[in-house]
This record gives sequence, C-alpha cells and structure tokens, in this order.
Amino acid sequence: MTTKAGYEQVLDGSDTNVAQFERRHHTVLERVQHILHNNPTFVPVIVLMLSLVAFWIIAGGRFFSAFNLSLIMQQVSIIGMLAAAQSLIIITAGIDLSVAAIMILMSVIMGNLAVNFGVPPTIAIIVGVIGGMLAGAMNGLLITKIKLPPFITTLGTWSIFFALNLWLSGAQSIRSQDIDEHAPLLKFFGNAINVGGARITFGVILMIVIFVVLWYMLNKTAWGRHVYAIGDDMEAAEMSGIRTERTLVSVYMLAGLVCAVAGWASIGRVGSISPQSFYEGNLQSITAVVIGGISLFGGRGSIMGALFGALIVGVFQSGLRMAGVDVLWQVFAIGWLIIIAVAIDQWIRRVSA
Amino acid sequence: MTPVVSAKGIVKRYGHVTAIDHADFELRPGEILAVIGDNGAGKSSIVKAICGATVPDEGEIQIEGKPVKFSSPIEAREMGIEIVYQNLALSPALSIADNMFTGRELRKPGFMGKFFRMLDKPAMEKFAREKLTELGLMTVQSIKQPVETLSGGQRQGVAVARAAAFATKFIIMDEPTAALGVKESRKVLELIKDVRARGIPIILISHNMPHVFEVADRIHIHRLGKRLCTIDPKDYTMSDAVAFMTGAKEPPAQDTV
Repeated sequence: MTTKAGYEQVLDGSDTNVAQFERRHHTVLERVQHILHNNPTFVPVIVLMLSLVAFWIIAGGRFFSAFNLSLIMQQVSIIGMLAAAQSLIIITAGIDLSVAAIMILMSVIMGNLAVNFGVPPTIAIIVGVIGGMLAGAMNGLLITKIKLPPFITTLGTWSIFFALNLWLSGAQSIRSQDIDEHAPLLKFFGNAINVGGARITFGVILMIVIFVVLWYMLNKTAWGRHVYAIGDDMEAAEMSGIRTERTLVSVYMLAGLVCAVAGWASIGRVGSISPQSFYEGNLQSITAVVIGGISLFGGRGSIMGALFGALIVGVFQSGLRMAGVDVLWQVFAIGWLIIIAVAIDQWIRRVSA
Repeated sequence: MTPVVSAKGIVKRYGHVTAIDHADFELRPGEILAVIGDNGAGKSSIVKAICGATVPDEGEIQIEGKPVKFSSPIEAREMGIEIVYQNLALSPALSIADNMFTGRELRKPGFMGKFFRMLDKPAMEKFAREKLTELGLMTVQSIKQPVETLSGGQRQGVAVARAAAFATKFIIMDEPTAALGVKESRKVLELIKDVRARGIPIILISHNMPHVFEVADRIHIHRLGKRLCTIDPKDYTMSDAVAFMTGAKEPPAQDTV
C-alpha cells in the first residue's frame, strides 16, 4: 500500500475484521428456506409425494394402482409437453399464451395434409414441425426486433393461430377412422406398452424424453446458461457478451417445435383431430410451470419442476374425482395450488444469506 | 511508443445534442488513465465509442496503431478489450464460475463437447478459482455459489477478475468504487494496481478524486464533449483538477503529458 490518500492513512490501524454480526442460531424454518433456495424443485417433489400419499389414504388402493397412476401420466402428457415449452419461455422472463394454439394449428396442418390431401404422413409431420418453429420464430422476432412485450405478442398470435386453425380445418374435426385409414403414423404416440397393469403410452415416454433433453440443454450447455442469464438480467446478459436477441429467438423457435411435436402426440392421445380441443392448454401449461416452482420473473427454477407441476395437477384431479368430489372443487383446489406455489416462490426469494 | 488506443476527432450526435464534439483520446501501454469530467461532460460517451457500445459519426480510432471500427462491445471483446460496467453485468442467480465465462464457455473435449455441446464445468471452475486466488479474492466459500449471495465488494472482485482474466489489450472500468464502502474500495484499488502490474493498461472512469489521484498515471479531463487536457496527477492538486473540469480555471495546453 504505497500512495494512500492522507485521510485514509488511519485505515492501517483499523480493525481488519469484516463486519461481523451476531451469529444468530438459524431456525429450522430458515434452514429449510435455504435448502429450497438452492434446490427449487424440492417443493413440487415434496408436494407431489404428499398428495400421492394423501389421496392414497382418502381414495384408497384404486387410486394408487399402477393402472391409475399410468392413466394420470397419460392425462398430463400433452399439457406436460406444453409446460416444457412454456418453461423455456418463462425462464427468459417471458410468457407464451400461444403454445396451445400452435399445437392445435400444427396438428390440424398435419391431419389435413395427410388425410385430406394424401400427402405422405412423414412429410405432413415434418411440415407441421417446421410450421411450429416458424410460428415460434414469429413470436420471437416480434418480441426482439419490434420490441413488443411477450404477453401482448403472444396474446395476438394466439388469436391469429387459432383463427388460422379454424380456417384450415373448416371448424371440422378429422375423424379417428379416417386417420387410421390414411395416416396411422399420426397416431403413433397413442401406442402403448403394458407393464404389470400400467399402460405407458409412447406419448408419456415422449414427454419424459422432451423434459430430459431440455433439462440437459438448459443445464449442461452454454446456450442454456445464456437462457438463464437473459431471464435473470437481460441488460447484464447483453453486456457480458451474450447475443440476447438471437438466443431469445432460438428459445421461441424451440418452444414452437416442442408445441408442434405435442400436436402430433395429441392426435394419438385424443384419437381424432379437433380444432376446438385443448382450448385451455395455454393456461394449464402456465399453471403447471408455476406450481413447479419456476419463477414468473425469470432466471430461476428447473424445467423438471414443470413436469412435477403437471403431475401434481393430474394427481389432484384424479384423486378428487375418485374421492367423489364435484368437478368444481377440483378447479377450486388447483386455484389454491397456484396461489400457494407463488407465495412459496416469493418466500424462498427473500432468503437471507 | 505506439499508444494502445488513439482516437482523433471523434464526433457523436444524438439529434440536436452533440455528446462528443471532436474529442481526442489516448491510452498508453501499461498505464492507468483516469477519465474525469462533470456530469454530462461526455466521459461515458467517449469511452463507449472506444469499446463499440456506440458507433461514432466521425473520427478515427486506432488500437495499437491499427484503425478499428467496432459495431458492438462483443467485437471489442474479441480483440481482448474488457469492460467492467458500473452495474457489473453479472447474472445474480448464476454461479461465480458461470459468470466468469458468460459468452465464452468452455466445452468438454471430444465427443460430448462436439456433438452434445456439453460444458466443461470442472475446467471452468478450476480456472475461475485460479483467477480469484491470483487476485487474492478466494475468500468466497465456493466457486459454485450464486453471485447474489456475495457482498458488493466481492461482486466487484468477480467482475474485475473476469476482465483481468480475459483482457489482452486493455480494461475499461466504469466507476468501480462508486457503490462500495471505504474498505471495499481500498481492496478494489489494490486490485486495479495489481492488474496494472501485470502490464494491462486500464481506463478508469471515476468521480472520486482521492481514488483517481491515488492510482492514475495520467488524468484525462473531459469538458463539454471534448478532451480539455491531460495532466500528471503529481503536478496538480485535486482542487486544480476540479477547477479545470468545471471551467473555474484555465487548463494547461492540451496534452501536456
């Protein structure tokens, strides 16, 4: 220390300890808060376990059978895939209201091409998947180039994609028999393997594969770190050398791709192609993401949380139905789940070091 | 000796406002050049023009004698110019190691890195730990802890270490001590001198006269959008510098040192 300004000379004699605060004994609650802050997926995992046990007790063995649990997986598979796409967007601090609309539009395109126009199903599926990426690119470009807020952009594209879907389909469903006759490949994800009473559809396997691949991309690649950095602090990400616009567009395109693949899987799940199906898919995907502990403010949470979030919703619906509770109370319960999930997220964020 | 940076006649206008008015700038090898000026004098603007954050309307910038035209800070960074921003440009939820490598991550060698683009986290963590240790900053518990759990001084340390680790030409620091307490400022000033000792020149933008006079080899005084003069801190007092930058006193001829 050579040329210290005069008034700082006294620092040499100063106390060299950094500010010490009384080391208060951490309460159990504070420790829990810390653990949850470091591991954001713990909450949904615990809630999922508890709800499984609770409904086992309430609704009995029929609920906890291999068949029923695999049925819950089937029921959440499509919303689960949409939630995976939604998670990508929400981690960047955005929101995508058009996920379900992209999914339905692409399933209608695939169905129309393959069933009504005699295009080979493989080509129809490829066109649909590329269409999903283009729809995502449209969202991404509007958000990055024209600087529109994601909420407004996707509110608009939701209507646009939904209208296109009604126009292309003539508001008509494509019947199951017609799909079987012309393009059985479209129903590929409805196939299942049966193991000990459980019926695992290919759609369920696809959903899990999608989550694992996206988890890998988000956590083990530079692209994934950039996605989190953008959601955390866009300006800081830009200044530390991330090409934020390009990354954001890629996120929306990837989400669009996942939605299109979900569209293909939905044909196997539903059996037919209906332009009116999954109309609440957007909100259900956001519900799964929020219950899964992914912060709506971006940059925090694991995509696996969305999988658990979707499963929690499925478990509640199935369990309450089996316990003989009216449907309206299922909706009521999901509402509380959302509010509690966000409240817990806020509490965890207030963690003190 | 060729200057590291030499800018001549830089002009930048925003509508009717001229932020930079035919300003000159020079950074010499191995020095700490402080840039001071009143609020609105345009000291940030001139530095932004040098690092590519804004593209000047007129003028020429040379880096080590070669003319350059950066259109973004990313291009400047690729040439080995690092910037420590006032708000640090760190992502709070990401780890120290992740933050040090943002935008230039290392990938695993071989198949996993090439085809699955897998990050080499152990290598990144090892490098980050080495760099922080070199600068005497390894007081943090873990290189994997999120930046948001660090104190202000520690965060500043991470940002400076990141710049020092990757800069080959020079480092720009924007108000590095503005948000810190007395002791933490002291630590950062020592850090700045450490970085100079490694032969990397630094452009230091600061409002804090005692800090400027302590570490700077030369002081560039900016006033009304142009360089007023450069002075040697040993020949003038802090009150002189303040008088020059506010226009209370006639400056010495441009480029006396």
